[in-house]
Amino acid sequence: MTSQVSSHAEQADSAVVGGQRKPSGDGGKEVRRLDRVIIRFAGDSGDGMQLTGDRFTSETASFGNDLSTLPNFPAEIRAPAGTLPGVSSFQLHFADHDILTPGDAPNVLVAMNPAALKANIADVPRGAEIIVNTDEFTKRAMQKVGYASSPLEDGSLDGFHVHPVPLTTLTVEALKEFELSRKDAGRSKNMFALGLLSWMYHRPTEGTESFLKSKFAKKPDIAAANITAFRAGWNFGETTEDFAVSYEVAPAAQAFPTGTYRNISGNLALSYGLVAASRQADLPLYLGSYPITPASDILHELSKHKNFGVRTFQAEDEIAGIGAALGAAFGGSLAVTTTSGPGVALKSETIGLAVSLELPLLVVDIQRGGPSTGLPTKTEQADLLQAMYGRNGEAPVPIVAPRTPADCFDAALEAARIALTYRTPVFLLSDGYLANGSEPWRIPEVDELPDLRPQFAHGPNHTLDDGTEVFWPYKRDPRTLARPWAVPGTPGLEHRIGGIEKQDGTGNISYDPANHDLMVRTRQAKVDGIDVPDLEVDDESGAAELLVLGWGSTYGPITAAVRRLRNAGQQVAQAHLRHLNPLPGNLGEVLKRYPHVVVPEMNLGQLATLIRAKYLVDARSYTQVNGMPFKAEQLATVLKEALDG
Amino acid sequence: MADTTTTHSSGQTRREAQTPARTLLSLVPKAEAKQSMKDFKSDQEVRWCPGCGDYAILAAVQGFMPELGLARENIVFVSGIGCSSRFPYYMNTYGMHSIHGRAPAIATGLASSRRDLSVWVVTGDGDALSIGGNHLIHALRRNVNLKILLFNNRIYGLTKGQYSPTSEVGKVTKSTPMGSLDAPFNPVSLALGAEASFVARTVDSDRKHLTDVLRQAAAHDGTALVEIYQNCNIFNDGAFEALKDKQQAEEAVIRLEHGQPITFGVDQAKGVVRDPATGDLRVVDVTDANRAQILVHDARSASPTTAFALSRLADPDTLHHTPIGVFRSAERPVYDTQMADQLDTATEQNGKGDLGALLTGNDTWTVVG
Repeated sequence: MTSQVSSHAEQADSAVVGGQRKPSGDGGKEVRRLDRVIIRFAGDSGDGMQLTGDRFTSETASFGNDLSTLPNFPAEIRAPAGTLPGVSSFQLHFADHDILTPGDAPNVLVAMNPAALKANIADVPRGAEIIVNTDEFTKRAMQKVGYASSPLEDGSLDGFHVHPVPLTTLTVEALKEFELSRKDAGRSKNMFALGLLSWMYHRPTEGTESFLKSKFAKKPDIAAANITAFRAGWNFGETTEDFAVSYEVAPAAQAFPTGTYRNISGNLALSYGLVAASRQADLPLYLGSYPITPASDILHELSKHKNFGVRTFQAEDEIAGIGAALGAAFGGSLAVTTTSGPGVALKSETIGLAVSLELPLLVVDIQRGGPSTGLPTKTEQADLLQAMYGRNGEAPVPIVAPRTPADCFDAALEAARIALTYRTPVFLLSDGYLANGSEPWRIPEVDELPDLRPQFAHGPNHTLDDGTEVFWPYKRDPRTLARPWAVPGTPGLEHRIGGIEKQDGTGNISYDPANHDLMVRTRQAKVDGIDVPDLEVDDESGAAELLVLGWGSTYGPITAAVRRLRNAGQQVAQAHLRHLNPLPGNLGEVLKRYPHVVVPEMNLGQLATLIRAKYLVDARSYTQVNGMPFKAEQLATVLKEALDG
Repeated sequence: MADTTTTHSSGQTRREAQTPARTLLSLVPKAEAKQSMKDFKSDQEVRWCPGCGDYAILAAVQGFMPELGLARENIVFVSGIGCSSRFPYYMNTYGMHSIHGRAPAIATGLASSRRDLSVWVVTGDGDALSIGGNHLIHALRRNVNLKILLFNNRIYGLTKGQYSPTSEVGKVTKSTPMGSLDAPFNPVSLALGAEASFVARTVDSDRKHLTDVLRQAAAHDGTALVEIYQNCNIFNDGAFEALKDKQQAEEAVIRLEHGQPITFGVDQAKGVVRDPATGDLRVVDVTDANRAQILVHDARSASPTTAFALSRLADPDTLHHTPIGVFRSAERPVYDTQMADQLDTATEQNGKGDLGALLTGNDTWTVVG
């Protein structure tokens, strides 16, 4: 499905693109134009809310809006039906201009049951539209979540624009020609809801229909039933009087540079980045991994691409996952292990070994709420200090962090560059919000990607006093301090490496005190000396007194907050770190330029701690650890307070 | 430089064996010149305690390697932590001395990504069966093409003498002054239970037998586990004396040979029969009447049942009736072969990966100026 958005003028006349059905606008139905909308689908974890959200997102992406998504689901696969902990939701923000976050507060809430309403209503501002599935508002279901009386009738939703829709009944009615039980037919109610919302917001429908056909290719009846429910939902919107208005949100052509776009989630972008890095390095990709939320999707994705020479090894545990990857690195693969915080804890000893062996290895940490098992499906940035320091001995590891879902692609390439150039393990710190969230991505031209081909050792690199030519596995490149990468199979370079301290140069076991001191300092110097670009500061006027410094997935909310302040006439400078170790060379100078520095983080101030220790600046930490990304409004308020002193 | 890259990433080599692939060993390039034991000695000083059984094993391995005739650069020794795990430093091949217990995992990554390498793991009873137990059993069940040499001295040597997971119950050590409480693992039983396709046991001091077992292990496709009874003369001296003392050994050692009746003792007067009542094995005096009932060793049986029964024959305290040799050598799909086959199949079915097409996917839109 390819749609063309050729110019702003053209968009105005082609709100529906690609020959899709469009609301007729007849029968007195009003069409209103909006610049942006935030929709939240919420239901039981078995109601298919993530699928519904994904489909609406795909339709929206193919339409050409800018978008940002926030899936939010419980760790239980099927929590008890109808309960508050079992509520799963998917929030989508789409607009005719560039946007940065999934939005603070929904304009529309789709609540598939009383639990979904109760769990989400606090986030919904008065005046918003709420579509409820009235079939599920039985006395028992309402009592289960503590509604003494029906919120649909007791006036508690006064001030909201409530659309009571018997979604289940309507779906079952629409599917009566199919020989399905009421229960089975009712399962398609999410597609009915999707159809209704697709009508409401003039979304293209073809993609969802072909998606359903292909998803249920082996069960054509189920495919047909879902498509029928989807169309019935659309038609319901078109005909029922309750929905008097539909909305257009024009494509965001102005927001995007020229190019071909797709929608992409962080974990998918990261997986593609790894495949691309393998190709650009001309090395086979080897993933050693153990399933863990929210990182498993990378294992799933890479396992589909064996025709790229990708080997995926689902290990017996986290330690074996990284162990196998390190073994493959010794053999000359681009080696990767993927995990989340608890897995990093288990891998720590092997990361230390990789530091000592000085072999390239990517350690991908999709951070989630901690400590311990914590909040497996929620986001957090609290592994920064674990990545930085979480090993025995002095074991420096470079750290790279993506800032948006699509940026996971570039960050993976950058992490691979550092690992291959400097022969070192590298942390790639993504998080649950980036992993599952999605946004439009300008698909790069393959020939624009960086050349990552490493130099392997192929012969002796040292001459002894007696003139003998030998290979020294720890004789370093004077520029990068990287040691040679001599892979098994290379004649004449047979050598032994290990986790015991090695003599500088020869790599032989050495317990010599001065040598250990030298090696510790050299490994640190190698990481400190990694070539990373200077930090760019966004300070339009150059007159800002306040710098807001972030890293990782807070980029969207911070940027949105800064934009709000600037729109209100305030001066704020913004900078966002991609490299956490080593930090950019100009960071100290940047920090000293601003009297006030605020560091928002989804932890208890880990970057702020590093910054304060290293640069002796009075950086102010602002933190949140509720498993959710910052809201732009909240950050804007904090920054405003900082500005006002 | 470039040739090295293409060499290994394609799995091809300059000197790929011309003979048809009979065993996976044929994927490993051959040495250009005849090798000797000296070629496999590294320039590193061997630092085990004087009298350690590891010296004999090192000599046997270095002595055996030339027989394989493999290119030295295509041989890798990977070890964990412990006395035995210093082994790779002394081999003039590629090697990695890794971390405690993890050698099978690291070797799995290497072997499954480089089928042109002959990958050996050297480990001990603590390394393999205690801290690394999980990796060992999973390597065995996957049947990765690894040769695992498990030096079993029934004690922790490098940490100076604590009991190990193979120590006999009641072992008095520094950490168990009143005797150890836990029942030991029988490494052969454990390996068979973990679906190992090749399991053998040998003794450090019997160089001929050790070499013969190494030969069979090297020829095996898949994971080969070789338990080597090894004497720690500092912390557990004489642990296997019953198998080494010439007189005692007559009663103690049962030499397994595929296709041969299982007999031992002076004049092969004792033999192993199956007890019809329990299905278990027991030792009998061989007579003309029962000679036909003596069990004939079948290492290649698809079922590991009899091999397991053989592994239970020995008395854990006296070591009497300890079988040595190859318990099991069965054919089973090899993990790394299947992994490579899946890559080939995916390429046949979908064509060689096209990065541009992958990144583009199916749902795109275009923004033009």
